[in-house]
Amino acid sequence: MATFFGEVLSVSSRAVDEDEEDENDEDEEILKELDETREVHLEWYQSNSNLMTDTNLIIAVGRNAASFLSVYVLTSASWEAVGHASLSNAGSQTICGQTSTEPACVFYRKKDNRAVILCQISGYIEEDLQFQWTEKVLGCFKQKGLSVTVLSDSPVAEYKNMDHASSSSSPFLLCLQTKSSTTNPQCPLLEQPNIFTGIQAAVLSYCQVNQIPAVAYQCYSDAISPDSITMDTYKLAFTSVGDIKVGPLPSADIINKFIKTNHIQSNLYI
Amino acid sequence: MFIPVEAIPPSFKGFTLILPAIAVGNVAQLAVDLIVSTLSMKRVGYMHTDCLVPMVGPNPYATSAEDAGELHTTAEVYRDAEKKLAVLQIRSPLIQSRSRKFRKLLVSWIKASEFSRTVVLSSSHAYQRDDQQLKGTPLRYLVTPAMRTASGPALAELGWVEMERLSPYPGLVEAEPRLSIPGGGVTKGLFTDGCQEELCLAVVLVFCSEGDNVPDAFTLVNHLNEWLLLVDNDKRGAQKWKVPGSWRLLFGSSHPPSIF
Repeated sequence: MATFFGEVLSVSSRAVDEDEEDENDEDEEILKELDETREVHLEWYQSNSNLMTDTNLIIAVGRNAASFLSVYVLTSASWEAVGHASLSNAGSQTICGQTSTEPACVFYRKKDNRAVILCQISGYIEEDLQFQWTEKVLGCFKQKGLSVTVLSDSPVAEYKNMDHASSSSSPFLLCLQTKSSTTNPQCPLLEQPNIFTGIQAAVLSYCQVNQIPAVAYQCYSDAISPDSITMDTYKLAFTSVGDIKVGPLPSADIINKFIKTNHIQSNLYI
Repeated sequence: MFIPVEAIPPSFKGFTLILPAIAVGNVAQLAVDLIVSTLSMKRVGYMHTDCLVPMVGPNPYATSAEDAGELHTTAEVYRDAEKKLAVLQIRSPLIQSRSRKFRKLLVSWIKASEFSRTVVLSSSHAYQRDDQQLKGTPLRYLVTPAMRTASGPALAELGWVEMERLSPYPGLVEAEPRLSIPGGGVTKGLFTDGCQEELCLAVVLVFCSEGDNVPDAFTLVNHLNEWLLLVDNDKRGAQKWKVPGSWRLLFGSSHPPSIF
């Protein structure tokens, strides 16, 4: 869908080009080599970062969710950075006021409760790396007692519904959880024919097949850049996470820091 | 990698496997949806692989409020013990550079599970048909040598038409005719692998164009039913397929009434 008038979009077809099926061995080798360069690297700053049992892992992906962590959580409690993940496509589309040299995915741990780990993904992880990212990151934690919460966002235009009243009341939160999750979600469940894609889908799939309790909360919003009203909706999700205090609405200075840097230059009204 | 839902892996020995190829108009996936939904098949496992783009959603075949919230993933295996039928549903596109890896994974799983036969549902671009293909039925089939030996003339007796081998340069007689399935995704590769690995495999496909492909899905699944007899015909000769709830809003949300 075009985001502004006159935008030219390349339309993806569901059909697959026959020619690509006729690869010879040389092409196959090149593709394989290219595929091997597509790597996710994890780096933990302390060797025992991930050896805890009963880990409570919270992953925030997307502009609003990552900014929510920056504004409400990382400022309100004492957290330390314990590691980061770098991708072969790192540097593209960073948000949250980071420069492109900063890693797109950072892990933080609560100083007074070492079992709580936050993962803030401020870059975009491409489709072919999402599965690998999930296997590597979740594979680092002991499965015993592990529980996962994902916060993500999506444009409200992606939400399919017969009833227009509900989609106009954006931002709103919907969730999906794995079979082994016993938490009572604080918001309605996602209904057919809507789906989740991206990291949130990769994480839920991993947790479903490995029987790890996981809940993903997705915020549907019509705002292009992070705003305080959209970020506010994630507070609802945090009431069930436990042991994390979400601070009160921080000062305008802090919010400005994250919103100003995301100001989108529009050329429509020069 | 196949991961069973329950601790004891299900047995597929002697079962028929139906799977879709991701191709033009997603016809095969829609047809598989109709089979799983109509036969109320039970989910027995997941195909967990990095070859497919991750996606999750609520239960696409929900029948009550209780099971509507169940999490479903990219590729799942369903089973009907009575009909000795297994179905692999694939719900997202293949990552192009891993297409060969995906075919290997499927072939080794089919061999290890000891399926008696495999049916790949597929589709192909209608606009790339040649003159002889334009006439008559839009449905075609292909069988591997092992399948031809096993099923004998059964498919030809049904009046089915085998997919033609076409000359790459029409008009030039010298060029050797070859199999071409434009827009068929992994179909040709899977069929070729099936021939090499001596799998008992058939491809059933329909020529179609992208758009509303629901009618194509019914055409394909009714055609398949002539052979496999998955559901009984009613008195008028029509089958009763159950459309799953996930087919709602195939073309997005409805119009906001306030715009008029």
